[in-house]
Amino acid sequence: MPLNWVLVLTTFLFCVGVYGVLARRNAVIVLMSIEIMLNAVNLNFIAFNGVVGGERLIGQVFALFVIAIAAAELGIGLAIVLLIYRNSFTVSLDEVNLLRW
Amino acid sequence: MVSLLATAAEHGTETAASGGGAMELAWVIPVIAMVSAALIWAIGKRLPMRGAEIGVAAMIAVFIGGLLVFFDAIAHINADAEWHGFEKAVTWMNFGPGSTVELGYMVDGLAAVMMVIVGFVALMVHIYAASYMKGEVRVTHFFATLSLFTGSMLTVVLANNLLMMLVGWEGMGLSSYLLIGHWWEKHENSSAAIKAFLTTRVGDIGFMFGIFVLFWAAGSFNVAHINELAADGGIARGTLTVAALLLFCGAVGKSAQFPLHTWLPDAMAGPTPVSALIHAATMVVAGVYLVARMFPVFDNAFDVALDVVAVIGSITTVIAALLALVQQDLKRVLAYSTISQLAYMIAGLGVGAYTASVFHIWTHAWFKALLFLAAGSVIHAVHSNNMTDMGGLFRKMPITSITYIVGGLALAAFPPFAGFWSKDELVVGAYEAATAGSRAGTLTLVAMLLTAFLTACYVARMLALTFFGKPRYDPEHVHPHESPKLMTYPLIALAALAVAGGWVGIPGEMNQFGRWVHYGDEHAAFNPMIAILSTGLALAGFAAGWAIFRMGKVKIDVRKTALAPFYRLLLNRYYLDDIYFKGIVRPVRDRLSAAAYWINQKVLDGAVNAAGMVAVASGRFAYRDVDQGLIDGLVNNLARLTGRTGDKLKFWQTGNMQRYAAAMFLGVATLVGAFVFFRI
Repeated sequence: MPLNWVLVLTTFLFCVGVYGVLARRNAVIVLMSIEIMLNAVNLNFIAFNGVVGGERLIGQVFALFVIAIAAAELGIGLAIVLLIYRNSFTVSLDEVNLLRW
Repeated sequence: MVSLLATAAEHGTETAASGGGAMELAWVIPVIAMVSAALIWAIGKRLPMRGAEIGVAAMIAVFIGGLLVFFDAIAHINADAEWHGFEKAVTWMNFGPGSTVELGYMVDGLAAVMMVIVGFVALMVHIYAASYMKGEVRVTHFFATLSLFTGSMLTVVLANNLLMMLVGWEGMGLSSYLLIGHWWEKHENSSAAIKAFLTTRVGDIGFMFGIFVLFWAAGSFNVAHINELAADGGIARGTLTVAALLLFCGAVGKSAQFPLHTWLPDAMAGPTPVSALIHAATMVVAGVYLVARMFPVFDNAFDVALDVVAVIGSITTVIAALLALVQQDLKRVLAYSTISQLAYMIAGLGVGAYTASVFHIWTHAWFKALLFLAAGSVIHAVHSNNMTDMGGLFRKMPITSITYIVGGLALAAFPPFAGFWSKDELVVGAYEAATAGSRAGTLTLVAMLLTAFLTACYVARMLALTFFGKPRYDPEHVHPHESPKLMTYPLIALAALAVAGGWVGIPGEMNQFGRWVHYGDEHAAFNPMIAILSTGLALAGFAAGWAIFRMGKVKIDVRKTALAPFYRLLLNRYYLDDIYFKGIVRPVRDRLSAAAYWINQKVLDGAVNAAGMVAVASGRFAYRDVDQGLIDGLVNNLARLTGRTGDKLKFWQTGNMQRYAAAMFLGVATLVGAFVFFRI
């Protein structure tokens, strides 16, 4: 399977994630979109490992690290979302402006 | 001071075989007096007698110390007739080789004799003053200054170099000034103090320059060294003459000689004990002491030096005795008498009668201190200085009267009273100089004999007007009575010395004083003819005075005779005071001082004020324009700019997380695009 196909796929996935982060208002959807972007990157790692990694599975190991960190990040992210919901009864990002000047 | 002491190299130069016992510690004596002054100033006010007790105690110590030193010195003199004295010094200041100033003391016969005089008179005066000044204002200050004076006088007496002597000399001037002006509330008194200070200062300038000349010539301030050099011919005679005349200026000022004698009668404004101690017995003889101390300088100079001394002394002794004849103020009679007697000593030194002059210091101290203290007792009793308010006091105040008469007879130089022996020696000295062909000696002899007559005459007048005749005080308000014991005991002690004090100098084999104090191998020969002549003149003078003023035998009003202009001249003190006032005081005060004041105000103050104004203006400029305007302005404007920029930019921080993310993606995309397309 040529590398280009995989790159097209991951580019597509990444763009979907970017769109989700920038355009969707629901905080949970935004978090999911981040996961999509991360997974697109994971695919890239694995694909490039097949080309340049040789016998060593560096890309795969990196992907595993990314997955672990993504899990932790998602845990914290969801906890924040939950707290925001408890305080302001919304998960809509354009209604949350705690960092405003 | 500490470093001075640390580097001080102690060295004693002894000319005798052995050092002194008491003499080793002679320096303690002036220190006692100085410490006493400091103590009285510090704690005197809280004591029951307001400091008098400290002064008296210190003077007892000073007197005993002086006696010990005196007897120690005599023991040395008896052991070795050529004993030159005991000297000890530490380095005071060192300006390099050959210019060291010492802090030291020198005891020889002259100094030892002076110490006894100063110690005893100071003690008597302190005891007397403890009673006399009781209840007066500023008693503490009075006694402190009296102690300060005694310390200064002892410094002069003991100093082994001219600089130290000058220090003591000025200390005496200061205490004299303070004590004359003790009752400064009265304007005349403070004026008299200023007059005394300034007039003696005129002479002091000469004294200082004399010291400079001697230092320049001898390379040292040391008295013994200078005298030795002068005697050996190590200093040129011309230089010695200049130095001697300059030193004599100091003596003229301090010992109140013509033409600077005018301050002493006015100095009687001070309390009477002060007059007795300072203006009769001790300070005013410092001038005589100075000439005696530096006598080798005078003796080895050209003849003109000693001739000037003799002539000044002769003039002064006569004119002062004449003035004493016409005074109404009892203390002023004594003041002019003091000037006259000091001039006797000065003239005696001028004709080379060294021992006789110092002997006259000795006897004069006793009887003149006695006369002043007794006069104080009289003044205390009648509350007036004027003899026109006295008379007939003999029965009211027997002790005062008898002691006063003893003092008067000693002053008039009747044998066997103290004054006779010294005065006779002085006249003999003048006679010897005159027969040796000295014209100054002849003048001195005539002046001395004339003064002997005049002295007895004014003594008779003084005694007659004060103690005899009808009382002229107001018996309604004034009730004269004998003074308390604290005042009469010193009178009795001094009277004993006024009688017997001269017996140590009876001419012949028994002459002790000539052994104590002598210059070279000079000796006073007793001349019966001179003794009879001077005593005869004194008797005649006394008889004349007594006849005129007591018996009223001569009923001529002097104002209606041919002598009237002369009488007016005397009443106006030869117009000297007027001449000084119009010729010196007024031009200096009204013109010179005014001009100096103008220059001070307009030129000096102007410059100072201009400099001040420039400084203020530049300071204001630096503050307002540079510091506040420029530097602070920069900082403030920077801060304001930052603040305003922040105010504008803060709106970009919307709080919308997705915008931040969009910006981030945009940034990353830009970087990636740049990387891909431009290969940077």
